[in-house]
Amino acid sequence: MTAAAELRHLKGAAPKSKPQNKAAFWFLLPWFLGLFAVTLGPMAASLYLSFTKYNLLQPPEFTGLANFERMLTDERLHSSLAVTFTYVLVSVPIQLALALGLAVLLDRGIRGLAFYRSVFYLPSLLGASVAIAVLWRTVFGTDGLFNEGLALFGVEGRGWISDPETALSTLITLNVWTFGSPMVIFLAGLRQIPVMYYEAAAVDGASPLRRFTSVTLPLLTPIVFFNLVLQIIHAFQSFTQAFIVSGGTGGPTDSTLFFSLYLYQRGFGNFDMGYASALAWLLLVIIAAFTAINFWASKYWVHYDD
Amino acid sequence: MTDALRKLAKHLVLIFCAVVMLYPVLWMVVSSLRPNDEIFRSPGLVLSDLETANYEAGWNAFEHPFGYFMVNSGIVVLGAIVGNLIACSMAAYAFARLEFTGRRWWFAIMLVTIMLPIHVIIVPQYVLFSEFGWVNTFLPLIVPKFLATDAFFVFLMVQFIRGIPRELDEAARIDGAGHPRIYLRIVLPLMVPALATTAIFTFIWTWNDFFSQLIYLIDPDMHTVPLALRAFVDQQAGTNWGATFAMSVVSLLPVFLVFLFGQRYLLRGIATTGGK
Repeated sequence: MTAAAELRHLKGAAPKSKPQNKAAFWFLLPWFLGLFAVTLGPMAASLYLSFTKYNLLQPPEFTGLANFERMLTDERLHSSLAVTFTYVLVSVPIQLALALGLAVLLDRGIRGLAFYRSVFYLPSLLGASVAIAVLWRTVFGTDGLFNEGLALFGVEGRGWISDPETALSTLITLNVWTFGSPMVIFLAGLRQIPVMYYEAAAVDGASPLRRFTSVTLPLLTPIVFFNLVLQIIHAFQSFTQAFIVSGGTGGPTDSTLFFSLYLYQRGFGNFDMGYASALAWLLLVIIAAFTAINFWASKYWVHYDD
Repeated sequence: MTDALRKLAKHLVLIFCAVVMLYPVLWMVVSSLRPNDEIFRSPGLVLSDLETANYEAGWNAFEHPFGYFMVNSGIVVLGAIVGNLIACSMAAYAFARLEFTGRRWWFAIMLVTIMLPIHVIIVPQYVLFSEFGWVNTFLPLIVPKFLATDAFFVFLMVQFIRGIPRELDEAARIDGAGHPRIYLRIVLPLMVPALATTAIFTFIWTWNDFFSQLIYLIDPDMHTVPLALRAFVDQQAGTNWGATFAMSVVSLLPVFLVFLFGQRYLLRGIATTGGK
């Protein structure tokens, strides 16, 4: 211990360390290669391809803004945007509300915390798999488990997946089902709230509800914000669930045509790589815009402890 | 008295949620052990007798036994884990411990790439890798990991290394150790928890990954578990649900086991950095 303290002293006395560029270069070499060859390079290439017609076989042919003009009249693109926005704007708030609600219930030394936390967290690890998507397809099928459950209450079911009116809501349910990982982040955030705030509120005679709205919620807003940004970015890119549930079509009648699924169909189904690149950039702009709006709006509702 | 009641109500709500959440999965496990004609007539979880025929049928439903696809998935997963552990920890060491020109900028770029949708790079990346002749090999799924493209883990490791006392590095430096030695002998051994978190997340995400495997692995001989399962579902067109469920259960088992034994690291990982 004393040696370490002495060393710290030495370090403080030493002149400011000079840049270690050479060492840093070697340590970062794999990352640099990845950044330029696998990330930024292809990004620039896809920006260029978005102004071309390209089918992998012939060299790309520059077509100016044609791909972007095509977007304006592409009805399937419009419905995929509507589907994706609905999915994101409905499933993320419900998912986060559930995550927050259960995190609050689990906070402050409840018995069996570890058990409940595991049970709630597990689905967020399984949710992205093909197996769970297959399960969803059967659970919400015409003679699936969900309808059997409804029958117990005398409610007549229907083919939730085969009906364009309800197909998307089964996918929303699946995303809500994976609320475990934001819940764990909320739990970690709740632990950071000093107990004395609650004690002070209790002394002032605040009800549990009042304590939640006046102590917990304001102090938790940075975590809510963090989860919101993360889950929105994540939800915009959903692919597997819609692909499996609809058998790759995005049907019935495009009701589960997620944006990324449409992009896949264009790019890797029709080898319409130029248009697919343009779509990819549209997705990037949409996600960036949502994230920017989130950051801008956070000024008005997120409280950072000084 | 009211306190006890409130506690009871809390537990009832939690148990109700837990049952609703897990019921479909448990039902799938139970159904995989039922004869086909019983599956959709039995919403309950009680088994009359164990039927393992579904597992045999599903396991052998392809030109390769299902284990073949699990080995393929295992190769991809193992490659991805080794790549992430080496490349991400090297980059993290530089970001956390070294002074270099433009460090803040590079760090900011690294953070932004975490949020980049894969779709923006997939088309040219596909073109690039098919030029290399890498389509229908595992290379497009493994090589990028050796180039630290999963920036999320770089960030996770930077956070962890920052918590390791610098005095230890300094002591080693005074003993004449250079950066490679400090990285290998001091930092790596101390960051084992972060490495474990990385390995576990990489395992689960790669095992479940469907999009990039769907694009790069077209030949059925190269199929991984998610692709085989998907092909199986399409082929059966909803007739042999028992076998489908059986193979679904088999495909989820590794994730479940990793979750069971690695839970500690997973929870710590997402609590500190906010994973998926």
